[in-house]
Amino acid sequence: MSRKRDNYEESRWRKFKSWLDGETDLLEHGMDAHEAVMREEDPIIVPAHGEGKEILKSKGIWRFKQFYKVMSVVLCLGVILTLLWTVAALPPRGDANNPDNNEVAARYIERGLQETGAVNIVTGMILDYRAFDTFGESCVLFIGSCCVLLLLRLDGNSEDKELEKMVAETNDRHFEPKNDIILQKCSCVLVPVILMFGIYIVLNGHLSPGGGFSGGAVLGAGLILYLNAFGYKRMGKLFTEKLYKRTTLCALTFYCLAKSYSFFTGANHLESGIPLGTPGAILSSGLILPLNICVGLVVACTMYTFYTLFRKGGM
Amino acid sequence: MNINLVQHLVLNIEETVSIILFGIGFTILLLHRNLVKKIMGMNIMDTATYLFLAVKGYITGRGVPIVVDGIQDVEAYINPVPSGLVLTGIVVSVSSTALMLALTVRLYERYHSLDLDEILILAKEEEEQI
Amino acid sequence: MSFVQNFPFFSIILAMFSGIISSVLSGKKARNLTLMMIAVTTALSAGTLMFCLKTGESYTYMMGHFPAPWGNEIRAGVLEGVTAVLFGIVMFLSVTGGLDHTARDVEESKQNLFYIMIDLMLSSLLALIYTNDLFTAYVFVEINTIAGCGLIMIRQKGRNLSAAIRYMVMSQLGSGLFLIGLTLLYDVTGHLLMSPAKESVELLVATGRYRIPLLVIMAVISVGLAIKSGLYPFHYWIPDTYGYATPTGSAVLSGLVSKGYIFLLIKIFYRVLGYDNLVGTHMVNVLYLFGVCGMIMGSVHAISETDTRRMIAYSSVAQIGYIYMGIGLGTTAGMVASVFHIFAHSATKALLFISAVGLYEVSGDRKDFVSLRGAAFRNPLAGIGFSIGALSMVGFPMLSGFISKLLFATSALDSPEKMMPTLIVLAVSTLLNAVYFLRLVITLYSRRRPEDKPLPKQTTVRSSWALRLAIICFIGLNLVLGMSSQPIVQAITDGLAMFD
Repeated sequence: MSRKRDNYEESRWRKFKSWLDGETDLLEHGMDAHEAVMREEDPIIVPAHGEGKEILKSKGIWRFKQFYKVMSVVLCLGVILTLLWTVAALPPRGDANNPDNNEVAARYIERGLQETGAVNIVTGMILDYRAFDTFGESCVLFIGSCCVLLLLRLDGNSEDKELEKMVAETNDRHFEPKNDIILQKCSCVLVPVILMFGIYIVLNGHLSPGGGFSGGAVLGAGLILYLNAFGYKRMGKLFTEKLYKRTTLCALTFYCLAKSYSFFTGANHLESGIPLGTPGAILSSGLILPLNICVGLVVACTMYTFYTLFRKGGM
Repeated sequence: MNINLVQHLVLNIEETVSIILFGIGFTILLLHRNLVKKIMGMNIMDTATYLFLAVKGYITGRGVPIVVDGIQDVEAYINPVPSGLVLTGIVVSVSSTALMLALTVRLYERYHSLDLDEILILAKEEEEQI
Repeated sequence: MSFVQNFPFFSIILAMFSGIISSVLSGKKARNLTLMMIAVTTALSAGTLMFCLKTGESYTYMMGHFPAPWGNEIRAGVLEGVTAVLFGIVMFLSVTGGLDHTARDVEESKQNLFYIMIDLMLSSLLALIYTNDLFTAYVFVEINTIAGCGLIMIRQKGRNLSAAIRYMVMSQLGSGLFLIGLTLLYDVTGHLLMSPAKESVELLVATGRYRIPLLVIMAVISVGLAIKSGLYPFHYWIPDTYGYATPTGSAVLSGLVSKGYIFLLIKIFYRVLGYDNLVGTHMVNVLYLFGVCGMIMGSVHAISETDTRRMIAYSSVAQIGYIYMGIGLGTTAGMVASVFHIFAHSATKALLFISAVGLYEVSGDRKDFVSLRGAAFRNPLAGIGFSIGALSMVGFPMLSGFISKLLFATSALDSPEKMMPTLIVLAVSTLLNAVYFLRLVITLYSRRRPEDKPLPKQTTVRSSWALRLAIICFIGLNLVLGMSSQPIVQAITDGLAMFD
C-alpha cells in the first residue's frame, strides 16, 4: 500500500503539519486582511540583519533545540507521573466521608442561611465567611487593570504620542468595519437584553447562581458589543475614562470601608447592626448585595477597559 | 499494588485528566518559546487546577449548594468550599492573563517577534547599541 | 481585646486603601500619600511588636464575625512584628532613595501607577507576613507577583519588558505549583486555616495515612515558593529583573519581594506542615543542596559580570542560597540564622542598590566597571554606603552580614553530618563574595586613568537630599543590625517558638 511520494512538500501530511506548527494560515486568502500600519517611533529592528537570527540558526543551537524537545517531554511526563502517583493515593471522588467534607463545610450548609442571610451558600461563603480572600481578589483585578493601563495606555502629551494615537486609530479602522448596519440592528436588540441579564445576575447573586464577577463579565460583554456596533464616538458619550475611574474608585472604596467595618466589628466582638432581612427576598443578606453590586461594577468596567486598551490604547 | 493504582486512576478519571492537563500546561508554560503559546499553557494549567478543585468538591448524588425549600441538611448539598476557591482563582488567572497578553503586545510591537529567545537576544542587542 | 491588636489589620487595609485612592491622584500627591502611608504602617507594626513583646505571646485576629475554621484570620506574634517593622523601614528608605529617579524614569502621567504598585506591594507583603490562612496567602502572593511585574516594567525599555515577561512566566509556574499544593493539602486535611490544618497534618503523620500525598505536597509547595523567590536552579529571571528596574524597584524587588515568599514558606513549614515532618522526610536536604549550589554558583556568575547592577543581582542569588541552606540545616538554630539573614540581606541589598544610584549619577549613568572608576571620590557618601554594603555582604565584623555568617557557622556545628560541607561552603562563598565585591570597591576608590573614556558633562551633580538621607539611614540600619544583634536574635528565637 505504501505508495512512494516524491513531492513531500505538497503532501497532505506536510500541509497538516505546517498548519499544526502555525506556519501557514488556512484563512490566508479567505479573509480581507489589511496590512497594519506600524507605529513609527518604535525602533524597528529587522531580525534578519541582526546577529540574533544567525545565532538561532547555527548548528549548536539546532542540537540544543532537539535536546530541549526531549527534555520537555521528559519533564512533562515527570510532573504528570509524580502528581498521578499522588492522586492515586488521594481519597476517592464523590465520597461523603472524605476529609474535606468536615465541620467547615457542614457549618456553611447548615447555618449559612441564618448567619449570612444568603440562599446561595457559595456566595455567603466568599462574601461573608471568607471575605478577606475575596477582597484580595478584587485587588488582584484592580492591580491587573493598573498594569495593563501602564503598558498599553497612550497618553496624548507630546506630539509623537499624538501621532502614535492616530496610527493606532487608523489601524483600528483597518481591522474593524464601521457602522455595519446588520451589526447595529442586531445589537439594538441584543445589548439591552444582555445588560438586563447582567444586572439580574449581579442583583440575584445571593439568591441564585451568579454574583458580582459573573454578572460583571456579562455587563462588560454587553458594553463591548455596543462599542463594536456603534464605534467609539457614541460610546464616548456614554462611558469615558473619567467615569471609569470614578466608578472603580467609588466601588472599591465602598467595598474596602464596608468590609473594614465588618472585620473590625467582628474581631472586636461587636454587633455589626446590619439587618440580614428575610432569606430569599431581594433586599436581604446584609452587606452581600451591595458588595456584589460593587464587584459587578468593577468587573464590568475592567473588562471594557481591557478591551479598549488592547484595541487602541485608550478610551 | 500497581493494579490498584491504575484502577483508582481510572475510577477517578476527572482527577487523572486534570492532572495530565496540569502537566501539559506546566511544560508549555516553562519550555515553549512562543509567548502566546506560553500564555495558553498558563491558562491550561490554571484551568486544570480549577477542574481538580471542582471535582474534589463533588459528592455523588448531592445537589448544588443553593438552599432549596429551606432544606439545610448536609446530606443534600455538595461541599461549597472548593466552588468558592475556584471562583476566586478564576479572577486571579484572568488578571495575570491580561497582564501577560499586554506585555506580549508591547514586545511584539517592539521586536516583531513572539519567540522569547529571539526577543531576549534582540533586547540585548538593542541595549548594546545605545 | 486590646485596641493595639487591631493594628496588623489596620496596616494591611491602610496600604490597600491608599493604593485604591492613588488611582485618581496626581503623581506628586500619590507619592506623598505613599510615603505617609508607609510611615504610619511601620508605626502600627511597631505598636504590634511592642504589644507582643509585652504580653509575650502571639494572638489571632478574626477577619469577620466567624471564628477559626470557618472565617479568615490573621495572626501576629513577635517574629511577624519584627519582620513587618523591618520591611516597612526598608520600603520607606527605598522609596525615599529613589524619589528623583522615579520622577525621571517614569512618565509623568503614569507616576501614580508606580505608587499604586508600591502601596499594593506593601499591603501584600504585610498580608503574607500576618496571614493565618493558606488561600489568603495564595491571593496575596498573586498581588505581590503582579505588583512586582508592574515595578519592573514601569520603565518601558525593551530590556525591562523582556525581563518582566520572564519574571511573569517563572512566577506563574511558581504560583501554579503552589496552588496545586494547596489543593492537595486541602484535599487531605479539609482545612485552609493554618492551625486546624496543622492539627490534621499531625494526625495524618501519626497514623501514617496519606504518606505519599504529604510528601508531594511538601515538595510542590517548597518548589513553588522557591521558584518565586529565585533559588539557584530557578534563578534565570533574577539578573535581568533586578538589574534593569528603577532603583526603587530593584531595591524593593531584591530586598523585600523574594524575602516575603521565603517568610511565607517558613511560616507554612512551621505552622502547617510541621518542621519536624520536613526534617523526617529529608525534604530539607533537597533545599540544603539547592541552597549550597546557589551560594557557590551565584557568586561565580557574579564574578564574571561587568555590569554592576547585574553583579549585585547575582549576589542576591548567592544570598538566597544562604537562606535556603539555613532552612535546610534542619535545626532551630539554622532557622534563626536564616531569618536573621533575611533581615540582614534586605537591609544590605537595598543599601547597595540605592547607593549604587549615587555612583551612577556621577559617572554619566553608566554602570560598567571602567566608568565607575573613582566614582567614590566624586560622591563620597554613596561610596561609603556602597563600601559598607559590600563589606557587610562579605562578612566584615560589626556589620549585619557578619552576624548572619556567624549564626550560620555556629548553627552548622549542631548538625554533625552537615557540619563540614556547610563550613567549607561558607568559607568558599565568603571568599568569592570578597573577590567580586572588593574588586568593585577598589575600583571605586582608584584614580581614573588617562586612557579611560571621558565622562559626560554632568558628573558633578549633587545627589538629592532624599538619596543622601536614605543612604545614611540604611548605613545606620546595617550598623544597628550588626552591633546590637542580640535582642533581635532573641526576638527571632522567641518568635519561632511562638509559631508552634
